[in-house]
Amino acid sequence: MGSYETLRVALAIAAKDLLVEQRTKTAFFSSLVFAILVLTILYFARDATAVSDLDLAPGALWVTFTFAGMLGLNRAFLLERENRAVDGLRLSPATPTGIFLGKVLGNLVFVGVVELVSLPLFILFYDVPIWRQLGLLLLVIFLATTGFVAVGTLFSAIVVRTRFSEVMLPVLLLPFLFPPIVAAVQLTRRIVALRPFDELTGWLSMLAAFVVIFFFLSLLLFEAILEE
Amino acid sequence: MRSARRGTVITGLALLGLTGVYIRALVYTPMERLQGLAQKIFYVHAPAAWAALLAFAVTGLFSLLYLITRDRKFDLVASSSAEVGVAFSLVMLTTGPLWGKPVWGTWWTWDARLTSTLFIFLLFVGYLVLRGAFNDFEIRARFSAVLGVMALVLVPFIHVTVYWFRTLHPEPVLLKPDRPSLPGVMLTTLLISIGVFTALYVGFMMQRHALTVLRDIRDEETVDANA
Repeated sequence: MGSYETLRVALAIAAKDLLVEQRTKTAFFSSLVFAILVLTILYFARDATAVSDLDLAPGALWVTFTFAGMLGLNRAFLLERENRAVDGLRLSPATPTGIFLGKVLGNLVFVGVVELVSLPLFILFYDVPIWRQLGLLLLVIFLATTGFVAVGTLFSAIVVRTRFSEVMLPVLLLPFLFPPIVAAVQLTRRIVALRPFDELTGWLSMLAAFVVIFFFLSLLLFEAILEE
Repeated sequence: MRSARRGTVITGLALLGLTGVYIRALVYTPMERLQGLAQKIFYVHAPAAWAALLAFAVTGLFSLLYLITRDRKFDLVASSSAEVGVAFSLVMLTTGPLWGKPVWGTWWTWDARLTSTLFIFLLFVGYLVLRGAFNDFEIRARFSAVLGVMALVLVPFIHVTVYWFRTLHPEPVLLKPDRPSLPGVMLTTLLISIGVFTALYVGFMMQRHALTVLRDIRDEETVDANA
């Protein structure tokens, strides 16, 4: 199967997953409402006289994105578990690479939309003067989310075979989210404080290295998960 | 099971060696000028950390070997090593705060090495929890090997992350670019202790591994009997 075919399979699987989601919108709206709730609760979970909005904002944003994203990730393979749909995927001529890319793409769109909808609320709630640096923040969000979704897709394929997949996913996934989230928080903190670009390069290259390495590692290892 | 018996002998000898390390550290190694008696815990803490990291490196590498060869015996080594590693990490994570309280004035601090070892510990507890979630040998081996390889690649990232965040931990006294900065007598005690802990690791591993093999055989027989 050529790379063009693989891409077509990936797009088809992503489109299928998103269509299923679009018909019910249950996961999307629960993730979104969950994100808004977390943003609100975190705002009040501090001493407002001691910790300013801007000091709290970067951490709040990323805790929200992480938790809301994790809710969505479990869904990707739970869909396939029902009626053993995963066997159909395996029987189809789709390669593991195509399936993985499709699932990652579907998750990326799902988590990305939740993030993009909650971002304006975050800017509003925490009164973040971000408009001039928005492009940079979106780049950080894109990178961290891609890393998060790649590893998360691999792990959701693992935990879906266990009995307590909802609990198992965070236990396995959170240690892997530690480097990208700390990097994203550090970057967001500097971006929000309008620091010069020089102060971003270190964490930015670490984040990029994480995304590239774990994306390809997850892609490579996914084959071992799917085989029967 | 010959390897089990050999493991018991090695563990016994290593435990005798550990008694020797205690005696040497307490009686024959000079008192550290600033840290006093608390520093003695270093001769247990650092070697336990070494054994834990060794155990986890073995788990990661044997996970990779399993994925390449699909040979059962690599999975058994990887899982045994993870369990032994969790035990050594617990020694490391309990002796650390005992030393930290008198010397740093706090039980715990979010320092680079503390945080990364805590994460490594949690990763491998997760690894063992995941293993417990599967009944089928083949799936368990394959899935946990994937996690083992992922963890092996993750550890450097965690270390860089927390290191850039900030560090307070004493600088390395043994493995560093120039010569060790530990005085000779203390260095000898530390090296002996590292040797003893390595032997302990080997002894534990051989026993644990023999047990895993036996359990594996029993599981197979149960499956056969049910079939």
